[in-house]
Amino acid sequence: MTTPLPLPLLEVRNLRVQFPTRRGLLTAVDDISLSIAPGEVLGVVGESGAGKSLTGAAIIGLLEPPGRIASGEILLNGRRIDNLSPEEFRKIRGREIGAIFQDPLTSLNPLYTIGRQITETILTHLDVSPAEAKKRAIDLLNEVGIPAADKRIDHYPHQFSGGMRQRVVISLALAAQPKLIIADEPTTALDVSIQAQIITLLKKLCREHGTSIMLVTHDMGVIAETADRVAVMYAGRIVEIGPVAEVIHNPQHPYTVGLMGAIPDLTKEVERLTQIDGSMPRLNAIPSGCAFNPRCTRKVEVGSRCTTERPGLLPAGKTQAACWLYANDGANDGANNPANHNVNAPQTVAV
Amino acid sequence: MKTSNVLLEVRDVAREFDVSRPWLNRVIENQPKAILKAVDGVSFSINRGETLALVGESGCGKSTIARVVCGLYTPSRGSVIFDGVDMAKASTSEQQQLRKRFQMIFQDPYASLNPRWRVGKIIAEPIVSHGIMTDKEQIKKRVDELLTQVGLSPQDQEKFPHEFSGGQRQRISIARALSSNPEFLVCDEPTSALDVSVQAQILNLMKDLQREFGLTYLFISHNLAVVSHISNRVGVMYLGRLVEMADTKTIFHRPLHPYTQMLLSAIPDLKMTGRQRTPVAGEVPNPLNPPSGCTFHPRCPYANDRCTSEAPKMIAADDGSMVSCHAVEERRIPIRLAA
Repeated sequence: MTTPLPLPLLEVRNLRVQFPTRRGLLTAVDDISLSIAPGEVLGVVGESGAGKSLTGAAIIGLLEPPGRIASGEILLNGRRIDNLSPEEFRKIRGREIGAIFQDPLTSLNPLYTIGRQITETILTHLDVSPAEAKKRAIDLLNEVGIPAADKRIDHYPHQFSGGMRQRVVISLALAAQPKLIIADEPTTALDVSIQAQIITLLKKLCREHGTSIMLVTHDMGVIAETADRVAVMYAGRIVEIGPVAEVIHNPQHPYTVGLMGAIPDLTKEVERLTQIDGSMPRLNAIPSGCAFNPRCTRKVEVGSRCTTERPGLLPAGKTQAACWLYANDGANDGANNPANHNVNAPQTVAV
Repeated sequence: MKTSNVLLEVRDVAREFDVSRPWLNRVIENQPKAILKAVDGVSFSINRGETLALVGESGCGKSTIARVVCGLYTPSRGSVIFDGVDMAKASTSEQQQLRKRFQMIFQDPYASLNPRWRVGKIIAEPIVSHGIMTDKEQIKKRVDELLTQVGLSPQDQEKFPHEFSGGQRQRISIARALSSNPEFLVCDEPTSALDVSVQAQILNLMKDLQREFGLTYLFISHNLAVVSHISNRVGVMYLGRLVEMADTKTIFHRPLHPYTQMLLSAIPDLKMTGRQRTPVAGEVPNPLNPPSGCTFHPRCPYANDRCTSEAPKMIAADDGSMVSCHAVEERRIPIRLAA
């Protein structure tokens, strides 16, 4: 980053989300920190169960009990929002943080016309007359590309196709002009041609409105098209975070390297895809030390430290990776752990 | 191409579904019958040992084709010819012999395994029902072997499906499909319910098995990147019809049909080359009431009067690919080299 960044719009510090269950306490999001600058698109990518959706839900105050924020802070514009009461949070949700979810059918009320749902949001959060709210709703629908918006406003959700419904959901998220939108798999339920339309739309609107987005998805392609920075999650932790081009072209963490190699590529022919053996650990059996260590092919280069001590995010190439391979160029080298000087060639990662 | 090389031929297959409301409602409300043409006149053939992929968006009829090929649906028109035998005309005993030789892998590894059966019983089911083996010890040995082949352990026989992750379940499905020593596997979106790293494991496994046993695949998917990786030839479907079919290389480097061009340009660009994309216009029309002529014409930038009135036929292009498009035939479309 060359220019000094303005205050982050959203800051998450050491967030931990836990689920008390009969079989013990499960930590689904484990000590993650991230920030989003105004107007920035942060991608959060990971496989199912990595905790990416829960991170989004925690930020927008929609964790389902018994899930709860066990520790950490969430700051929006410098103000703590993780300890607000449900009533206080309702004023923020929609007004300051908007949400777009995966399934456009379940995020719209089937019994109300879309116009009523959008005007309701506008009237709740903004001080305008009902007539003005309706006018705004039509403008919004026009903006998201719904043809004949003045007629469509009186239609019910079931009268729209999947792509059109997702457009309605986007207009709903934008209705009260929030500063931040949490988009949780916004295009996963859509066909590829519709997905391209929605991505383009989301990008255009956020540029015009200066809205920041936290884009949660499992699809690296969507991230590549949309995000400025990306955080890769694994087993409830951020394993790598950095500018999107760097993470995609020059990943540093062994998990990210494997993940990128596992994606079939249209432009190049490979006989076999890179394969990460095994699967992500269950929440009740997260390995000690680095959560990725049982599947890691480069563990041998570091030694026992991987299985005993959890790595923090360390500078690695142009990104930050939570991997002991990069302990050398960080400040916390061997000094506190002298047994681990067998780190070979920490700078080069086989791609 | 020798005829003996063709393992499966699908000739002008159509499948219609009656989605009308009940008779009484139709009479009272004076509505006509509603017929959904899920597949409308599709022909292709698959050679031994090759992988043919069918791609398309939801509702294009690709899964219906898979089910017709497997005999789960009877075609409303046309015929499916497996190894020279017309499936519809074969006698019951002949059909049984043929059925042994092809198997299916389904999309959802959670719904396609019986949760109350142990894995050993699930995998042995085709062996038992086709009467390939009867001796219990022999069957158990065969299941052990199959589990090892798909990367699971023989001890897993005693477990139930819920004890496995999605990727492991898909391995069980594959082991079950392989248990009757088939030559031909119909795979209906086998990896779309899986995470990318698990998807890579399954795709690698499928390629390994193909090499080892000389399997032939009909691979149904909506994911073009997966298709480009696994298949030799690709057929692109739109609203129940094949619009283009060509070698994987050809189709991804030089898509001819405007719909194929649009699909390829819609894939998110992972390499971030900043390539210019064609804006994708419109949505798939309602298949109950498809557009006249070429069904793609409302979304097609090259459509003219002929396209709205006359349905195009499959023609062979210069590079050997088959395409059904008036604009391509009349050379109205600039050739676009993708990637």
